[in-house]
Amino acid sequence: MAAPELTVPDLAINRRLTVLPMQEFYTSGHRTCQGCESALVMRYMAKVAGPRTLVTGTTGCMYVANTSYNSTPWALPWAHTQLGSAGSSAIGTAAALKALMRKGKIPDEKINVIAFCSDGGGGDMGLATLSAAMQDTRYNLLILLYDNESYANTDIQASGMTPWGAVTAFTPSGQQKRITHHRWKKNVPALLMAGHPTGRYFANTSSGFGMDLMEKVRTALDIGGPTFVQTHDPCPKGWDYDPRKSHELAVLAVECGITVLWDCLEGELRYQGVTRQQVEGRLRRKPVADYLRRQGRFAHFADSDIDYFQAQIDEMWEEWILPGVLRIKQTPFGTLPRSSSQPDAAGHAPEFAAAVGGGNRG
Amino acid sequence: MTTIQERAPAGRAETGEREEIITGCDAVAQALKLLDVDVLAGYPIRPYDSVMSTVSKLIANGEMDAEFIVAESEHSQFEIGKHASLVGARSFIGSSGVGWMYGMEALVVTASLRLPVVALVGNRALDDPGAFGVEHNDAMMVRDTGWLLYWVETAQEALDMTLMAYRVAEDKRVMLPCALSMDGAFLTHSQHIVRVPDAGLVQRFVPPYDLGDRRFHPDNPISVAPQFNEDWVMEARRQSDAAMRRARGVITEASAEFAQVFGRGPRDPFLDTYRMEDAEYALIGMGTVGMVGKVAVDRLREEGKKVGFVRVKWFRPFPQPELRSLLRGLKGVGVVDRDYSFGSNSHGGVLYTEIAAALFPEERRPVLVPFIAGLGGREVSVENMAEMQDIVEQVTARGERDATCRWIGVRGPESDPRYDMDNLKARAEGGAR
Repeated sequence: MAAPELTVPDLAINRRLTVLPMQEFYTSGHRTCQGCESALVMRYMAKVAGPRTLVTGTTGCMYVANTSYNSTPWALPWAHTQLGSAGSSAIGTAAALKALMRKGKIPDEKINVIAFCSDGGGGDMGLATLSAAMQDTRYNLLILLYDNESYANTDIQASGMTPWGAVTAFTPSGQQKRITHHRWKKNVPALLMAGHPTGRYFANTSSGFGMDLMEKVRTALDIGGPTFVQTHDPCPKGWDYDPRKSHELAVLAVECGITVLWDCLEGELRYQGVTRQQVEGRLRRKPVADYLRRQGRFAHFADSDIDYFQAQIDEMWEEWILPGVLRIKQTPFGTLPRSSSQPDAAGHAPEFAAAVGGGNRG
Repeated sequence: MTTIQERAPAGRAETGEREEIITGCDAVAQALKLLDVDVLAGYPIRPYDSVMSTVSKLIANGEMDAEFIVAESEHSQFEIGKHASLVGARSFIGSSGVGWMYGMEALVVTASLRLPVVALVGNRALDDPGAFGVEHNDAMMVRDTGWLLYWVETAQEALDMTLMAYRVAEDKRVMLPCALSMDGAFLTHSQHIVRVPDAGLVQRFVPPYDLGDRRFHPDNPISVAPQFNEDWVMEARRQSDAAMRRARGVITEASAEFAQVFGRGPRDPFLDTYRMEDAEYALIGMGTVGMVGKVAVDRLREEGKKVGFVRVKWFRPFPQPELRSLLRGLKGVGVVDRDYSFGSNSHGGVLYTEIAAALFPEERRPVLVPFIAGLGGREVSVENMAEMQDIVEQVTARGERDATCRWIGVRGPESDPRYDMDNLKARAEGGAR
């Protein structure tokens, strides 16, 4: 059966998605948890990528829980790759396609290559391979990092992208030590963007903003070349909240200014949606406590911990020249003028607070 | 690279073979060019790396058409090779010593995914302390995982066996990766006269790589390597086992065809035997120690000693039937390991352990004496071989069937006297020196 044509427009020009195909290429068959946002990300990703796509995925939730033998959710060709191998699997796959097409061993056509990885596989162990992939301009490939902020499949252990202070299996809160996770979350898309001038597209998005996510994936695939998209995905098992609240929590992370929606196409940085309104001073950030207090992993936070967290986020917004992206506060050219967006102590919608209330455990 | 002459031997004028003086690594590079390899990934470590330097030059000069990727680690290098192979590209990788170790995870999954990647291991000592020279422990580390393993002796064999490696690995009945081991420096970087065959004949001998219904392509939307767990992993493992069992027959078949196509090649694909016809004793080794072994045998024969040399070529699959029929009835056999396996049977090396196991079903087993020699690139001399033969004869004369391993060509005492059991006991009793 021939695969039906995908009717998604080329987003390389305006980055706006107006039409979505009906087909799904990530379907039933996975065994992910209730409220798993990363599974939704896979579905969005596959939908806009379309049938002429090869996907590789590292070990992690989206491997172990996703693809049990005989019940794969993938209607696209999908292959497992080792935990630290997102970049190398993408390069190997893309290089093989290129060699075989050039030599006439397979038909010459555009085939998308996507390698996805997790915060542990991509942000920790496989970071060097992401770096290598972002350098190799010969190949069209997209690395998608689904960030659920812990090694969630193994038993919720801290990764380099777990938020400061969060309780995990390896960073518990004890009677002597309240906080044992001391690392501030690393910003992988900015890290890759800053260090790889020949990478063509870098983006940060969230599972709570499906259109933004799909636009970014599709833009990356249309641009070709080495591209990187990261998504922020709430995880009920790892973050300890009611699975019904996943989506709301993703949105709240953006509203609090913790997750920043941005992309950078060939050196042009843009902010999107809620983030853009915050950057332009049209929307005030909500206090981070609204987000932190809804999750069991921050239940041990004292007020001083919340204050510290808020201060870090405030600095990121008020002092960084590129809010939420790069920690540069001063340059030889001085600071750049910019609107600020102060947190709003009571600005969030009351109906939302009621909806997400279940996670605030002491 | 020096071309001696365009060679057209009588009766084989159509072969288009030519002779060149090239190193072991260059011989492999020539084979890769003839095989039209599609994707190669390299990462620097001595001594295997010169194969990648030669290949990249061939590509830069337009003599070879392939994607060459300079990876950022061996792990990535091997993963790139694995994934390229999955898409249907003929792939080549390689490494040495701790580099091979660094990519171990990727090597293991390449074998369990049954992808016919070919690798060159320029055998090198494992760190620490650092050493560039040859030891066989690096390649040995994959011996249980489903890699076909072969040890070459000469540059000619390196070229021929690179062709053979792809032919056997890509055979539908096998579909396992193959690592060629080449002694670091002694062969990777020493030049031999090599007969380079015609590309047309190579294509006849090695058909195009076809992954069939496992090809990773949008026209074939499969899920590769999903989670099996206890439900299916054992069945998958047994398939790998069956493939390795079938490999023996495929190797025999391919070797016969090699001789047919190229008009040369060894009689026995598994063992290289030298003056074994009337031998009462044998020395056994792998790799370039074969050259020394054969010279030593010639000298020992002049002294009237009935000794021969056996070089084990394929290590996986291990040539148990050949070794059994060759060694049964001999008086004594010395096994020269260029590797170690601390704490193993008789404290011998890996080859010794395998041969001892291989001979177990024999009723007339020879006396078997393990040796460790030539570690870290130390030369194994003709005198060393003669010394080992002497020991084998003495042990045999004593009828000692449980000889422990002797280290040859090494300085210092066997054990530090401070840790001698008797000394420690005396010290505990207050009588320490």
